[in-house]
Amino acid sequence: MSATSHPASASRREDADLPAPADFGVFAAVRWAVARDLRIALRSRAELAVQLLFFVIVVSLFPLSTSPERQLLQTLGPGVLWVAALLAALLSLPRLFAGDLADGTLEQIALSPYPLPALVFGKVLAHWLATGLPLAVLAPLLGLQYALPADTLVVLVGSLLLGTPILSLVGAIGAALTLNTRGGGGLLALLVLPLYAPVLIFGAGSADALRAGLSAAPNLSLLGAGLLVALVGAPFAAAAAVRIALD
Amino acid sequence: MLEAQDLAARRGAHLLFQGLSFRVPPGQVLVIAGRNGSGKTTLLRILAGLTQPAEGRVTWLGQDLASPAPATRADTLFAGHAPALKDELTVIENLLALAELAGTPLSAQAAQRALDACGLKAQRHLPARTLSQGQRRRIALARMALGGPRLWLLDEPATALDADGLRLLAALTGDHLAAGGTVAAATHQPLDLPADRVQTLAMA
Repeated sequence: MSATSHPASASRREDADLPAPADFGVFAAVRWAVARDLRIALRSRAELAVQLLFFVIVVSLFPLSTSPERQLLQTLGPGVLWVAALLAALLSLPRLFAGDLADGTLEQIALSPYPLPALVFGKVLAHWLATGLPLAVLAPLLGLQYALPADTLVVLVGSLLLGTPILSLVGAIGAALTLNTRGGGGLLALLVLPLYAPVLIFGAGSADALRAGLSAAPNLSLLGAGLLVALVGAPFAAAAAVRIALD
Repeated sequence: MLEAQDLAARRGAHLLFQGLSFRVPPGQVLVIAGRNGSGKTTLLRILAGLTQPAEGRVTWLGQDLASPAPATRADTLFAGHAPALKDELTVIENLLALAELAGTPLSAQAAQRALDACGLKAQRHLPARTLSQGQRRRIALARMALGGPRLWLLDEPATALDADGLRLLAALTGDHLAAGGTVAAATHQPLDLPADRVQTLAMA
């Protein structure tokens, strides 16, 4: 490596290089986090594949271990898919902040002039796009193993689209709270799974209601309401937990 | 002006330091010296607003650094122990992302010039995982070379740097001080800077 003369003056920021002054808005913060985390996710596809395969395998194990009776599978199907989605979400959650903490990025995120809850929300959104959305997309294929009728599959996908973002949002609080603990993954599961229970109940319940000849709308509405509450509250709670983890 | 009054910090029940006061006027560097575990990093993290002091307060241009305003955060560069690089991203992507996060977005050309100046010309488009420790440190130097923030907080900036890297660090810091910037650096190695610009704070 050669010595460089006057390195600072050669590269000091010139006015022409300066874009318009930033106002450190929420939208720019979310965009930064989503773009960066999705780019990283796309370059570490193996990790995403592991999580998806885990989901596929867990869902596929149940028909193998019970009788192939059509009635039974149709009863089990939505619940199994939802439990598998919860477990798959748990598998990916510890990495949400741990990598950034280890390599120092989390410090830079906490010191950024952008609002921390917005940056955290961007990370959660990227997490959902990379891990939650693929589950909802795969669900109809896996649902075929359970002989689920088309209308049940539609409701199931709808419930996953509404419910998996809640898993990412609530999970982010747990992931941030368990950052400095040993065996954080196990503790994270204990912390977060009870909070996931309502999501599971309403998510799987929406398909059950349909099977019983009722409307799935009440369950889906409750999931939607849960999502709104999580959207408003979780980024702030997770941001506070990140600050505590760094202190 | 970076000012601290009666700072105290604890790690658990252990008192790291107390009654720490200093004033660093523009154009000066505060060199925080002391043995391992004496609280150098903790002091820097307090200056950055990452850690809250047990007692006392720190101000930068009259603003309390315990909860700094966005403009103050954009005016501060913190280079911690870990260089905040993502192994999956290339060197230039890392630099661009860090600059944008710090509130000082820059063009690809400006990033290239900073990397060239810091001896990373050939590594620009390589993933950060292929870099050596010293090269990782040089990305922190590139962030410093970009200019913008007036307050630099550097944690062991000389670690893993070769002789050329150390010269570069001294040149960048010297230029920053000459331009009226302020630096606080926790370091074991003496920085090659004019004596009248250096204040040394010896941690007990």
